[in-house]
Amino acid sequence: MTSAEKYATAAYLVVLAVVLLYVVLYAFKLSRLEREVSELVGLAREKRDRREAA
Amino acid sequence: MSLRNNQAVVLAAAAAVLLLTGTALAFYWVPNAPLEGFRQRIFYYHVPIALTSYACFGWAAWKALRLLWTRDRRYDLESYTAVHMGVIFGILTLITGSVWARTSWGHWWVWGSRQLVLFLVLFLFYAAYFMLRFSVDPGPRRANMSAVYALFGVVLIPISFLAIRLAADLVHPVVFSHDVGSKLTVSQFTTFFVCLAGMLALAGTLYRNELTGKRVDARLRELREALQ
Repeated sequence: MTSAEKYATAAYLVVLAVVLLYVVLYAFKLSRLEREVSELVGLAREKRDRREAA
Repeated sequence: MSLRNNQAVVLAAAAAVLLLTGTALAFYWVPNAPLEGFRQRIFYYHVPIALTSYACFGWAAWKALRLLWTRDRRYDLESYTAVHMGVIFGILTLITGSVWARTSWGHWWVWGSRQLVLFLVLFLFYAAYFMLRFSVDPGPRRANMSAVYALFGVVLIPISFLAIRLAADLVHPVVFSHDVGSKLTVSQFTTFFVCLAGMLALAGTLYRNELTGKRVDARLRELREALQ
């Protein structure tokens, strides 16, 4: 593999790596959102139970 | 599945197919350029990525203008998301450009090239957008300030785009020009446009996903405030 071939391949791989990094970060964000939704569902249920008990 | 989700899936699939096709065309169909040789293949990603970042910043300015015109707050999030995407593509432009510079000029960066420095200024201008945005409390004031900033930034795009022609340094190659020697062949043009379409589709996909994520985030915050 010549130097030009190595650099050209590296440029393409860098783009792929950045897109993959973005996907990984987005997956973390999605799991955080899922966790927050679960917390809010818990809060809403608590509130409903308190209202029903009263 | 709703029509909106169908469009998102089609856009994501189009991005994957176009980029894979573009990459295959660049490596297996396009012949080596007479002067640049094999390294010219970086151009098929570098230039479309740069044009996509300009498109994202232009889209952000358009949404900012609509915010200032209509006072509709949803455009604030759309403009912010477009700047976010533009900065990601800006980082990729700088990285792929540096890789090309290293193999062509022997240096990762040449400060003497006005094209490079102007793109860096454009990139840093939009990177500072986040500092401005997060230094102000959420609300109409932040939305207006961010919109005005995004609108000012769009002025730098034509300067950065034309710098390659206006600059007298002749370091950065001019691909699209009227000079006979620099005209692209059919295979080079086809590959370039496939990659450009792929990058735009990728940016569109990421923009939609990011915007949905930011909207859900904002609604969850509102919901939390309402529940507590």
